[in-house]
Amino acid sequence: MSPMIESIINAIIGGVFIGAAASMLMLFTGRVAGISGIVGPLLQPKSGDVAWRLTFVAGLLAGGVALMAQNPAVFASPSTRSLFVVGVAGLVVGVGVRMGNGCTSGHGVCGLSRLSIRSQVATCVFMGTGFATATAIQIFNGGVL
Amino acid sequence: MKTNIAIFFSAFVFAIGLGISGMTDANKVIGFLNAAGDWDPALAFVMVGAIGAHLATFKLITNRPSPLFEAKFSVPTRNDIDARLVVGSGLFGIGWALGGFCPGPALVSSITGAPAALVFVGALLCGMALFHAGHKAWVATQSTEGQTA
Repeated sequence: MSPMIESIINAIIGGVFIGAAASMLMLFTGRVAGISGIVGPLLQPKSGDVAWRLTFVAGLLAGGVALMAQNPAVFASPSTRSLFVVGVAGLVVGVGVRMGNGCTSGHGVCGLSRLSIRSQVATCVFMGTGFATATAIQIFNGGVL
Repeated sequence: MKTNIAIFFSAFVFAIGLGISGMTDANKVIGFLNAAGDWDPALAFVMVGAIGAHLATFKLITNRPSPLFEAKFSVPTRNDIDARLVVGSGLFGIGWALGGFCPGPALVSSITGAPAALVFVGALLCGMALFHAGHKAWVATQSTEGQTA
């Protein structure tokens, strides 16, 4: 199988896991599986609203441990970005996802699946600025920053 | 307890999905977002799989009178498009392409101890806190203006 076909099949299978996980969280607790929407409020904790969020984060980290044990090759740090740029990126993402009320999971997966107009707009915008940014770095700086 | 096990399990499956799909590989993410290089379209199919699975089951789930372990569903119902949504999402996309990480994959990757993932997650939390503080200050000025007007 060509690497591209294999990569696409993995993307679909992984995607089904992500979508199924979002459906499980909705079925069990009625909540949206938006990562930034789950993590963000932990920084402004309200009593009675902390434990389930921490439990979710623990599940994510446990998933990371299992992935690391099974196939550490799924993890890769950006080889074309300096640590400084990665830090700036984290800061910009942190402000952006709280301002825009969601990220790839909350808007891109959960919101699009329930046909939310806000999530459709958000996803078009972040895909647009994402493509524009990475493509501009390629054109003006050879893909390295 | 069973609620927490269910939440933990959902998040665990979510993380496995991120790993299998390629989303925890920051180079792959950057290769997907970079249309001028050797474009790698595979990650577009993550959305296909994820939305397919979630869309197919969402109505069935929310047609129930309630979720299994909580009293009611907490699904966002807003449908207004405001500047905050557009600017915030725009910033998110820029940061995503700058670092190759979005919040979920970054958190999952942090367990590797890789400096990039740790720096990203630290900065992510700072950015979130920064927005919260800024928003709180802004709301305070708005309410003061409201009182004096």
